[in-house]
Order: sequence, then C-alpha cells, then structure tokens
Amino acid sequence: MARRHERVNGRANLLVWTGGGAAALVLLLVFGTLAALAMKAESASGLQPGDWAAIRFTLLQATISATLSVLLALPVARALARRRFPGRQLLTTLLGAPFILPVIVAVLGLITVFGRHGLVNAVLTALGLGPIEIYGLTGVVLAHVFFNMPLATRLFLHAHLSIPPEHFRLAAALGFSDRAVRRHLERPAIARVLPGVFVTIFLLCLTSFAVALTLGGGPRATTIELAIYQAFTFDFDLARAALLALVQLALCALAAFLALSIGAAPDAAPSLATTPWRADGRGIPARIVDGGWILLATLFLMLPLGSIVLAGMAHLPDLPTVVWPALGRSLLVALAATGLALALALGLAGLALSLDGRGGRTIEGIGFLPLATSPMVLGAGLFVLLFPVFPPQALALPVTALVNGVMSLPFALRALLPQMRRIEADHGRLADALGLVGINRLRRLHLPLLARPLGFAAGLTAALAMGDLGVIALFATPAEATLPMQVRLLMASYRMGEASAAALVLLLASLALFWIFDRGGRADARA
Amino acid sequence: MLVLDDLVLQRGEFSLAADWSLEEGRRLALIGPSGAGKSTLLDAIAGFLAPLRGRILWRGQDITALPPAARPMTILFQDHNLLPHLDVFANVAIGLDPRLKLTDEERRKVRAVLARVGLAGLENRRPEALSGGQRSRVALARALARERPLLLLDEPFAALGPALRAEMLDLVNETAAESGATVLLVTHQPEDARRLGDLASVVAEGRAAPPMPVERLLAAPPAALARYLGTGGG
Repeated sequence: MARRHERVNGRANLLVWTGGGAAALVLLLVFGTLAALAMKAESASGLQPGDWAAIRFTLLQATISATLSVLLALPVARALARRRFPGRQLLTTLLGAPFILPVIVAVLGLITVFGRHGLVNAVLTALGLGPIEIYGLTGVVLAHVFFNMPLATRLFLHAHLSIPPEHFRLAAALGFSDRAVRRHLERPAIARVLPGVFVTIFLLCLTSFAVALTLGGGPRATTIELAIYQAFTFDFDLARAALLALVQLALCALAAFLALSIGAAPDAAPSLATTPWRADGRGIPARIVDGGWILLATLFLMLPLGSIVLAGMAHLPDLPTVVWPALGRSLLVALAATGLALALALGLAGLALSLDGRGGRTIEGIGFLPLATSPMVLGAGLFVLLFPVFPPQALALPVTALVNGVMSLPFALRALLPQMRRIEADHGRLADALGLVGINRLRRLHLPLLARPLGFAAGLTAALAMGDLGVIALFATPAEATLPMQVRLLMASYRMGEASAAALVLLLASLALFWIFDRGGRADARA
Repeated sequence: MLVLDDLVLQRGEFSLAADWSLEEGRRLALIGPSGAGKSTLLDAIAGFLAPLRGRILWRGQDITALPPAARPMTILFQDHNLLPHLDVFANVAIGLDPRLKLTDEERRKVRAVLARVGLAGLENRRPEALSGGQRSRVALARALARERPLLLLDEPFAALGPALRAEMLDLVNETAAESGATVLLVTHQPEDARRLGDLASVVAEGRAAPPMPVERLLAAPPAALARYLGTGGG
C-alpha cells in the first residue's frame, strides 16, 4: 500500500508541506480554540437557567425545522421527479439558490411576506384567521424551512432520479398502480437518503445564528449561538461564553458524526434536468396534487426574494453611502476566504490522494473536521485567544475571512474529491508510469481537469463568506461593518427601506460572485 | 400472429421502419449494430414508445394504443430487472400482483417456476446475494410465472459469459416450447441468434427486415448484415 510513498522526492515534499500545513492549520484552529475555550470555561459558574433554555430551544427549533423541511420536500421532490413542464430546469436551479443566499437578505424577504404587514397576514386576516407572529419560534422555523426545504428537495429529487429507468418500465409492464410505484420504487430510494438528509438539516439549524439574531431573541427564542454572542456583547462574560461554546461544540460534533456516518450527500453533482419515462401519476388528481406542490414551492421561494428585489429597487435612491465601503470590506473578506478555502482543499485533497489507506483517510477526515464545529465557536475561541493581545475590531476582517474559509473547506472538498478520485482512477497509472508525483501531479494532472468543481467550490465559498453574519458581529464595531452587518444595523434602527436597498446590493453581489466563479469553471472545463 | 403493419418509429433524430409479421410460437432474434434501433422496436411492441405511424396487431387485435400492462407481453431488460429491496420470491411474485397479496395457488406457482429455472431454495435471497446468472434466472422465472404469450428479451443475458449465455438461451428455448410462447430476442451476437435457432431479422440502416430462418440469413448475409459482421461483401 505504501507504493507511492517510496517515490517522495523534492517536489513531492512541496505537496507534503502544503497538505500538511493545511491539515495543521485546521487542527490548530479547531483544537486550539477548543483548548482556549476549555481553559476559559473553568472559571464559569455552571450553566444558568437561561443557558438551559437556550439549549432546549436550539434542539427544539432544529428538530421542528428539519422535520418540516423533510416533510414538505417529499411531495415537491416527487412532483418534480415525475412532471415535465416548461421552467422545470429553472426551478431545480432555483432550489439551489437559498444555500448561497445571504441569511439577512432572506430574513428581510420573509419579514416582508410573512411579517405583520405582509401579504400572508393580509390574506389570513381577510379570511378571519388570526395573524401569525414572525418573531420567535415561528419565524426561526419558517426561515430554516425556507433555507433547507429546497436543499432537501434537491437531495430527494436526486434519489428519485437514481431509480433505474428500467424499474419504471418494469412497473408499467407489470401494471403497477401509483401506490405500488410509491411502495416498490420510490419509498426504498427515499428511505436510503432520508436519515442523512434529516441529520444534515438538523446540523445546519443547530448552528444557525443570523436567523436567531434577527427573528428570535428574548428568553424564549435564543439559540446557543445567539447566547454565546450575547454573553460576549451584553455581559462580556467570557467564561460563560466559553462554556456555552463547549456545549455547542459537543452537540455539533455529535450531529456531524451522525451525518457523516449515515452519509447524506450524493457524491457526484447529479443532473436534475431529465426525467425518465414513467407511466404512473397520469390521472387528473395526481396531476393536480403535483401541480399544487410545485406552485406552492415556487411561491414560497420566489415571493420573499421577489419582494426584496421590488422593495430594494424602490428604495435604491435612499441607499446610504455607508453601503459602499461595507461592500468593499465584504468583497475583501469573500475573496480572501475563497483563496484560503481552495488552497486548503487542494493541499489536503492532493496529499490525501497521494497517501494510500489510513494516512489518506486521516488527512481527508481533518478536512471535514470543521463540520463538527460552528463559526461562532471558532470565533469565540479566537476572541478568547486574541483578546488579551489585540483589540478585537483590529482583526475583525481577517478573522472573518479565516473562519469562513475554514468553514467552507468541507463543501470545497466535497466538490473536489469525487472528481479527483475519478482522475486518479482514469489517469493515475499513467501518471505513476511517467513519474508525475507530488505537487506536479496536482498541477499537471488534476488542476486542468478540475476547472468545473473548482469554480463551483469557489463560487460557493465566496457567496457564503459574502453573506456571513456571524463572526463579524462578534469582532467588529459599526466602523468595520461588512455589508450583511450594515443591513442588520439599518434594520435594527428601523430604517427598513434603506435596509432593503442595501439587501438588494448584497443579494446581487453574492449571486454575481457565485455566478462569475461557477461560470468561469464551466467556460474552461475540458472534462 | 404478431403483425407490424407499416410501423414507423421515431426517437429524436433517429427513425426505424418495420412492416412484417411473425407467427405465434416462433422465436425471432433481432440482430444488428448497437444504436440501430433493436431496443426501440422492442419498446414499441412493449408499449413504452408510441409509433409515429402504423399499427401493431396481436391475434388480429390492434394493440397499438394499449398501455404496457394490458399488452399480452412480458419483458426482460439488460439490467435492473429485479427490485433490490425485494427477495427472490417477492421479485417473482410482484409479476403476479404488485400488491404482493398472493393466493395459495399463486404462491405454489411462484415456487414452481423458481424450481423450473433451478433456483429452488433461494427464495429468501436478496438480489445482491445472487450471481449474474442467478439474477437472470429470477427475471426469467417472473416472465414464466406471468404466462404471457409474448416474451420480449432486450439483451437480458448480455453481461453473462458465453457458456452462461448459451445455458440461459437453452432455458428460454425449453420453457418457450413448453408454454408455446412467442419470443423476440434483441442481440448483437450472431451466435445468440443461432442458439435461439429459429428466425432472425436484421435491424440496420433505419429498417427492421422481415424475419427469415437464421441459418439461411447467416449463410448468405444481406449487405447490411455483412457489413456489421465484418464478413466482407458490400
């Protein structure tokens, strides 16, 4: 198994240094902050009743959010899997959008639609039904479903489309009813991915900060992440913040371990564009049900986004000038995080593939370690470490870029590794025979064939970092505000028109960053 | 009698014409290069593809508009004939009742066909625990249990080795002879057509030729078949 170790030469060493350095940085960041938090937490006087309430609320909202996302995604995914209609491809693409959407933009959109003066409450009041209150548990769950129902739908749709087309022909030849198709074809395929999808969404909701910050709050709707933030900013109780961060870390690590051992995400990015020939669901009632779900899902996705675009455009003349320097800072953070995430991912993946067996798996595992922590936990740890030396606001932007880059590493690896494995399988023996090892193998063999996943990973990281509203809130004062933070500040001072105009700028900037990187990868793709 | 009456099929850019008939109880190999439309023809007979023009008749009845399940046929694909979460018994039983609620008589029948294809005792295995040959036998057992007069085979044994393939074709021949079924087999191997030992039709260059005795066809191949087989001519 140590075949490739033997040929480590000078150039191979460069790869060992890059990959090893990346692994060391991740380990240092994850465990260094853990150690700092553990030391700081010693002086804390145990968890207060308010902290227990935050833990309970975190678990409650994550459970409800994941359950609702999964339950709503099931019929939408089936409808998309068996219907062909104009705009289907656009809709499946749109389902990927919430993932890269800045949280603050979506929240603002949801408030416009579901808030006290929103469209939904106007309809409900007209029907004589009481208005819904968006602040509190309802709003937190609503926002989480908005972000994660589309993700679940895509994963379920992929499961539907992984059913061999022959099975649908077999079902038609054997005269299966719609119910038999569901029982023998769809349910087994969905059952394989459902636990993983649930745990993945549960984990994402567990670490939710910006949603709780904007829609939650108060003793009854505070998540652990929010409690950490408040311990810093309101009480400046570093020991209690550290203790809460440890609790959060334990929960995340447990959920991440579950998610990874179940294996939720499909490896290859699937083509969701085609549907197989199938004979079920041709009756009128089935068509109406499917059409209804597709319409509901489209409205649920498009109304908040559309209302932000409209409100933002209407208030564009009021756009405060503070938006532009904030946009500049956000772009800097996004680009730095992207560079870091790609360098770490390529170094780790290159090293992991060059080592066979356990060594490779260990290096790869280190790359997925950030899944087991949260941005606020890393931020809290860095704060505790750096506070005695530097004023926090001096490092606000570098720390935000660092944390975002590291947090995006698992996504980047997930995009890159399958393709790199395929390259090794196809051309690895040829490269071995040519003596192409180490950093040269990465540069001459992998990089030219990786344009597409690299572009996708870069776009994802850039958009996520652009929209980040987590660590930055911990470190920055309004003078160092990034654009999401600026939107939040405008909202907090009830300047909603200006906030929606700034949110529109943020939305466009995030989508543009994703689009430029992703397109760049496609345009150059030779594979 | 199966009649393809002035049938024209279209799938994307590709089109195929067929205008001939096949007597009941005969075994016909559809032979030709890949992509020539052999499976397309089978799909049309099975009801997965509506023809652009023409009719398909069985025993004088027009079946062109019938859904797959209402046609007098049963079909085996190249892959994925078995549902992975069902055991061998259920994979056969589902051909009799999709709800898997079988009468005692139907249960006896499932056991009997499994024994007939040499799988007695493996009723509780999952497909993943079977060899490729065994999986083909399960699929064939289901086709036998369904007792449809038309058996469509879309290269179901292509992934098997030569000896196993010959064995499966022999089994098809024997069981078809017992039940009197009419067999259509898609293949691109002349030896498969020979093993089936009855009729063959060349599918190439946009046309499925009328069936003729396989030995005669292979002894004096028409130009399209000769080009495919690489036996010179032109």
